[in-house]
Amino acid sequence: MKQLLILSGKGGTGKTTLAGAFIKLAKAKAYADCDVDAPNLHLVMKQSVKPKRTDYYGMPKAVIHAEQCIQCDLCRQNCRFEAINVNHEYKVDSYSCEGCGVCETICPVNAIALKPAVAGELMLYTDETIFSTAQLKMGSGTSGMLVTEVKKQMNLVTKDAELAIIDGSPGIGCPVIASLSGVDLVLIVAEPSISGISDMERIIKTAEQFESRIAVCINKYDTNIVNTEKIELFCKKMNLPVAGRIPFDSNAVKAINNGLSIIDIDCTSGRATREVFANTVEFLFSKS
Amino acid sequence: MKIAVLSGKGGTGKTLVSVNLAAAAKEAVYIDCDVEEPNGHLFFEPKPIGAEQIAIKIPVVDENLCNGCRKCVEFCKFNALAYINNKLLVFDEVCHSCGGCMLFCPEKALAEKEKMIGQVQYGISENVTVVTGILNTGEASGIPIIKNLLNYAKKEQAITFIDCPPGSACIVMESIKDADYCILVAEPTLFGVHNLNMVYELVNLFDKPYGVVLNKCLEGENPAEKFCTEKGIRILAKIPFDKELGKLNSNALISVRECEKYKDLFTSLLQTVTEEVQHEAVVNP
Repeated sequence: MKQLLILSGKGGTGKTTLAGAFIKLAKAKAYADCDVDAPNLHLVMKQSVKPKRTDYYGMPKAVIHAEQCIQCDLCRQNCRFEAINVNHEYKVDSYSCEGCGVCETICPVNAIALKPAVAGELMLYTDETIFSTAQLKMGSGTSGMLVTEVKKQMNLVTKDAELAIIDGSPGIGCPVIASLSGVDLVLIVAEPSISGISDMERIIKTAEQFESRIAVCINKYDTNIVNTEKIELFCKKMNLPVAGRIPFDSNAVKAINNGLSIIDIDCTSGRATREVFANTVEFLFSKS
Repeated sequence: MKIAVLSGKGGTGKTLVSVNLAAAAKEAVYIDCDVEEPNGHLFFEPKPIGAEQIAIKIPVVDENLCNGCRKCVEFCKFNALAYINNKLLVFDEVCHSCGGCMLFCPEKALAEKEKMIGQVQYGISENVTVVTGILNTGEASGIPIIKNLLNYAKKEQAITFIDCPPGSACIVMESIKDADYCILVAEPTLFGVHNLNMVYELVNLFDKPYGVVLNKCLEGENPAEKFCTEKGIRILAKIPFDKELGKLNSNALISVRECEKYKDLFTSLLQTVTEEVQHEAVVNP
């Protein structure tokens, strides 16, 4: 099975819109949403079945038992995350606690224990297709670990699918790095703005550090032709294939708001997306 | 006065709103907490006045002292240590710098070294002090940089705008913890509403006063506006979808400094926000 990951660096360039269109064009049997902070793919990929839901446990959280605590202050002094507060009694701020266990080990009277904590929820839809997604609990960390679980969940149940399409998250940090592992091609959706170019360069650098194969496409290309040409020139210099240009299209907003994909309606962005898809598939299945 | 600008979804216009609000103020500080993809500096092109390298602490082992007891390996919850072929290995990328391995090594064989993960840059652009956090590519977590930025914000007296990263995970939470007011920026799509709902829950969880700016407003139905009306959320401003604004923004130009129309729009938004914060200070001191 080949895995295609869609990333962008910058948010809002059209990852999910493109992922939704690609899934339909490819009739993909397996797909996943790795943007666990703000998942949206389920909004365009309506499911007729209920998902199997599983609690996701991130790192455990420390809990201080007040009746055993002798207020020696060692835990607070040694916590690197400023997660222990004193206000009459010693308490752990569970949002700041990273579950390292220093307080638990250093406490001379065993008043502190690490307790498992739910940090999100995994959802797996198994109908004719496999759709793996998740939602991180508000304010939680460890989103990279949850991304790994989303992919693992998809891979475990997927049999003989030719192509899996994965919608990624914005940024360049842990969830993005976690999503990169094991994919065959990263398609970067760039946007022709100065911000978009800066973000694209940073995500390309990140993906290259993890030795991923990369292709680029430009969305809303006609909003700034000068910047579009800059992106194409940059790709040429970096020897990165360009899968095509997609125009700005107010029909795209209408399609999304009606729960449709841009390829479900006849529109300019939909037609361009078909071409970008064909090129991407060619890159994906070509050898080098 | 500290104002955090956030949105669950990326690309809704956080940077547009925070950059232009700072530019519209008489004197302001703009802090870019989107350390993975910082963009504010591209608009301000600030004259540099300083920079600070940000490092985290990573354990190093003194092989002469290590006797292979594996206490550190057993302790580390992040699996950042392994003892293989009579050698202790440290995996920097997954280390959370908790210091536990060093603390609990019976032979005192572990010490810490600094590892650079990024930097904070300071600069001036006319009336605005620009502070930018930048995470090095390949690094997993920008939280130490954001903490540094927010420590700077704490000391700041001038009106401060905090441009937050997208999402609602720990890094966003860090960014809004000390804010006096939150501006939620939303775009008029179903995606926009879904993600607005997430940050709406986040600001409620932290009991922060907030209002919404609707960006990229088109003719016809606006799901984000409908959401605000239903939930009784204050709409601070509506920014129309406009090719001119789009062009200025895509060329990293500050609309307030280029165009009277937008100067008026953001000056009036700034006024509204300032009143909201003052009102809040009276009602919830």
